[in-house]
This record gives sequence, structure tokens and C-alpha cells, in this order.
Amino acid sequence: TEEEIMIRDSFCTYCQEKLMPRILMANRNEHFHREILNEMGELGVLGPTIQGYGCAGTSYVAYGLIAREVERVDSGYRSVMSVQSSLVMHPINAYGTEAQKQKYLPKLARGEILGCFGLTEPNHGSDPGGMETKAKYNPSSRTYTISGAKTWITNSPYADICVVWAKCEDGRVRGFVLERGMEGLSTPKIEGKFSLRASATGMILMDEVEVPEENLLPHVSGLAGPFGCLNNARYGIAWGALGAAEFCFHAARQYTLDRIQFGVPLARNQLIQKKMADMLTEITIGLQHTPEMISMLKRNSCGKALDIARQARDMLGGNGIADEYHIIRHVMNLEAVNTYEGTHDIHALILGRAITGLQSFTVGK
Amino acid sequence: MHRSSEVKHLASDFNTRACECFGQPPVQPFESHCPVLTDRTVRVQLKVLKVKDGSVFFIRVKPDRTGVVTDGVKHSMNPFCEIAVEEAVKLKEKKLVKEVVAVSCGPQQVQETIRTALAMGADRGIHVEVSGKDYETLGPLQVSKIFAALAKKEQADLIILGKQAIDDDCNQTGQMTAALLDWPQGTFASEVTLEADKLKVVREIDGGLETIKINLPAVVTADLRLNTPRYATLPNIMKAKKKKITNVKPADLGVDVSSRLEVLKVDEPPQRQSGVKVETVHDLVEKLKEAGRI
Repeated sequence: TEEEIMIRDSFCTYCQEKLMPRILMANRNEHFHREILNEMGELGVLGPTIQGYGCAGTSYVAYGLIAREVERVDSGYRSVMSVQSSLVMHPINAYGTEAQKQKYLPKLARGEILGCFGLTEPNHGSDPGGMETKAKYNPSSRTYTISGAKTWITNSPYADICVVWAKCEDGRVRGFVLERGMEGLSTPKIEGKFSLRASATGMILMDEVEVPEENLLPHVSGLAGPFGCLNNARYGIAWGALGAAEFCFHAARQYTLDRIQFGVPLARNQLIQKKMADMLTEITIGLQHTPEMISMLKRNSCGKALDIARQARDMLGGNGIADEYHIIRHVMNLEAVNTYEGTHDIHALILGRAITGLQSFTVGK
Repeated sequence: MHRSSEVKHLASDFNTRACECFGQPPVQPFESHCPVLTDRTVRVQLKVLKVKDGSVFFIRVKPDRTGVVTDGVKHSMNPFCEIAVEEAVKLKEKKLVKEVVAVSCGPQQVQETIRTALAMGADRGIHVEVSGKDYETLGPLQVSKIFAALAKKEQADLIILGKQAIDDDCNQTGQMTAALLDWPQGTFASEVTLEADKLKVVREIDGGLETIKINLPAVVTADLRLNTPRYATLPNIMKAKKKKITNVKPADLGVDVSSRLEVLKVDEPPQRQSGVKVETVHDLVEKLKEAGRI
């Protein structure tokens, strides 16, 4: 719609003018620009699909377009935005009490406070149902005691609140809002990370953290809770990955037009042209999908984007491994994007089950 | 012939412009400003111009050499007009003006540009429909006639425009509009302050900065350093959908948009020729003499 186009164009200008200049050094030095949350908050793009509480209340298409513009700059920035919007604001909005929404949503929308989403554990990635983090209810103090460890948590070293999913005594998974400062809660940073360097990733370590029962998200139990959030984010990721692919395509196109070898621009060669034709085809097809096919969309967009980025890197030759040319950064980042929110293979199995009616996640029947 | 005599008429008008130039701002107590201004209904009218986006690089001359190719070329709001919109919205936020109206002349596509102005904070828009051949020949004279007519119709007190459009660089519309309305003008404004019922304008001129004080109603044209335009926020973009844009035709305003100019030809700038390196200053002087330059 006209409005979605305006949103995209306005945000595109912001991304190119304010985010692009920062990314080279942010990626090289692994520096997280906390300020971008406040800037995005001012523009009203955090939690864009939520109605009320200071949020814009716009469509999923607009959210996808916003994600695409951010990821055109960097997947790390887009991860930060997705976590805040879909994995922190969304569960509070969908599963929280009115009091929780009033307390957290407006500040999250403005970027005043930063949140993170704790589901994945060191021993449980693709099978969150096997999680070892436990929540024990104490009737005397009306609190839950939560112990466990979460890892690969975007934003956690800097987060003010953590939406943590833990198994309760009845075996059901439930969501809790933990606040920085609670005793026993620590969020160490993961070092030596070679992907999404512009965003801070860490663990959430909980050693008998006492969480008041008001911080439980009451309106959901079971894995439907976290999966609902991830579904919300997945749309943004699918479109986002194509934004990264588009950048790589345009960068490779410009480079091969400018670089002259053997007296002609590289772009004069058939192999180069075929590669670009394939890239453009995949990007265009990727943008046609509708939300219902979300599993297919995520798997396809991320997988294709990674291929496109690798091809583009190749087309830049030696210059392609220098971060000044940006493509290698997208290659690094897309490795993570391909993996999180349901690995390439897991989505393949989801689709396989939908196609055949038979599950092949586990060996048993 | 008609054109040049019109220009002369306007030029003499400029000389008798009712501007007061003060060496220093008059002393006025702050408190008297606000009560006076809120009683007054001040409307700001902006010109919003759609120009070829400054970042588009592949502009080509049309094969018949009457202009440049505009089909499929991305158009966006003229950067100086963005600054004008920002200034108007700022004045409204300071509660110094009551209503901000964004105006643009052109075909259907300019509605997008008006919506952008609405998303930045303008209250409503006016789209003056000019399309096809008329739009290709639309120049500052026609636009200023339209604005003058609209200003009278809307009873505007202040017109803010960008100082010039980045596609034709004419830098005429603001000045012509002021002349047609017989209003004072503050052009190349880098600072605008409303003081009681007068406007203090700091202008960027070749020698530095000039401060003038002009009566309202007036015309102001925005220069680069007047402000930094805001990004339209998501909630404002969505509110902009509900704001009204009225359509008007130049004929309704009694304006004749036919052009007095005929474009004879449009050419690309000449290809840059390679230079010649010389060894000594003596050689340089010889070469310049040879070329008849000295």
C-alpha cells in the first residue's frame, strides 16, 4: 500500500544515513551501538504491529519492509530489532497481564529499555522441549525460583529485562520476565563470535533467581508460547535476509561494472552475468511469498541469501574479503541467520512432514 | 518580448520592497510575544516540489533533445522544500502558527510528496493538478502565480518555500510570489524568528549573514542551514493517511499556465578532455599564449 511504501522509504533513508556509516567499525571492533534502539524508538519502528502502548499498529508487510531495510545494512542490527519487537514486546503483549504491558511496552517501544529472549540452552537448540531450566513455585513468598542457563541470547549482556522460558513443576514451559539486578542473574558475553558482530550476544545464567509471581506471563503455557514469538519474528527475518542479498547483489554489480581486467569490465563476461541473473531471479521470487508459507519462506530466503552473498563475495575477488567492501560481513552474518529461528534442516523436516504426513525428526515411530 | 518586459517590471518592484533593515534587533520584552501570537490566526503555506532524486545518477537527455528522460526516474521532495516543511512544522510545534498547509503543483504522483509533508507534520495538503505538456513547461512564473492566487484564497500569513529546486536551480519562485502578492520577502533564510507581528530573518548572502526584519504577511525561502529535516515516524506516516488533500486546477484559480519560454535544445555537458602536462613554468606561459588565453 502507499502507506507501506512511505514507511519503507522513510526508514530506508534513516538506515542509509544513520546506520550504514556506523557498521564498518561496529563490525570490525565488535561494538554494539545501544543508541540505535533509542533512535529506532523515536521513529516508531519498534513493535510496529502492536496496537496501543506507544506502538504504531501497522501491518506485517510494513514490518517485513522495515526488517529488509535494516538488514540491507547489517543482519546484526536487524537481529537486535527483531528481538526487541517480536521476541520481547510481542510475548508481553500477547501473553502478559495489563499491568505488565503498561509497565514494559511503552519503554520498550521507545528503546528506553532493552529486552532479550531466553529459550535456547547449551544442550538444547533445535529441541527446546528438552530444556533443563526449571522454575519452582514457592507458595510462602509467592515467587518462583528459577535456575538454569540460556545461551546464544541476542542483547543479553546489555538487556534490562529477559523473557525467559522455563519448565515448571507440572512439566509445562512458561514465560517469565526477569529484570537486571535480580539476585543470581548474570549475563556474560560470548567471546570469539564471528557473525553478527555488531550485536551483543551472551548467555543468561540463573542461579536460584527469585522471581515474583507477577512476572509470570499467564496467558500461555507450553511451547506454543515461544513458538508464537518465533513465528512473529520469522516473517521479518525472511524478508530481512533478502535485504542483505539485495545489498550483496547491488554491490557485486557495481564492482563488476567498475573493475576492468584484460581491458574490459568484469561485467562484460558471461559467467558474471549468469551469476547476477540467478541472484536477481532468486531475490525476486523470494519476495513473492505470502505469510502462510512461513517455514518455506524462511528456509528459502536465508539459504538463497547466503548463496547469493557467497557468490557476490567471489565476484569481488581478493577485495571481497576486506570488510571495507561489506560483502564478507554479510556472508559471516548470514551463516547465523541461516541457523537461528529454526535451522535450514529443521525447516526442511517441517516441510517434509507437511508434504508426506510422516515425521522424520526422530528415529522412533 | 512579453517576457522581458515582465522581468523589468518585477525588478523595479524589488527595489521598492517594504523591508526594514535593522542594525540590531529592537528590544522587546519576551512576555509580549505569546499573547499576541495566539490571538492571530497564522497559516503557513509551503511549496512542496517533486524533483528527480538527487542520488539518481543515470540521467539521460531525451533523443529529441528537448529535455531529460523522466519516465522511471525516481522523484522525491526537493531537499530545500524538506527544510521548508520542517521549519513550518517547528513553528506550529512552538504554537506560533495555527495551521500548516502543504502545496504542490504537478501530476498525480506529487500526491506522494504531499503525503510525506503530511507525515512530517503538515495539517492538510493542496494538490494543484498540472499534467502532461503543461507540466513539462511549468516554470517559476506559473507556479508563483498559482501560489499568489492560493495565498489570497486561503488567507495565508506566511509562505515558506525552498530557495531553489535542485533540477532547474532557478531560484525565482519565492521572489516572484512575493512580488505578485506585494509582500515582503526573506530569502536564503538560515534563521527565522517570529517577533510580535514581524519576522526576523537571518539571510545567507555572499558577504556573510544579513539580518532583516519584515512585516507579515511575508514570503520566506529556506536555505540549507535553516534546520535539519526530521525523519517521518511510523505513527505520523499512519496519521498522514487520514489528513486531507484537496485537488484544485489552475483554471479554478484563474491562472494561465502556458509558458512564455521555449526550450531550444538540451545537451549533456561536454566530455572532459584530457589535459596536457608541462615541464616548466615557461612552457606553461608559452602554451597559454599559444591558446590565445593570455
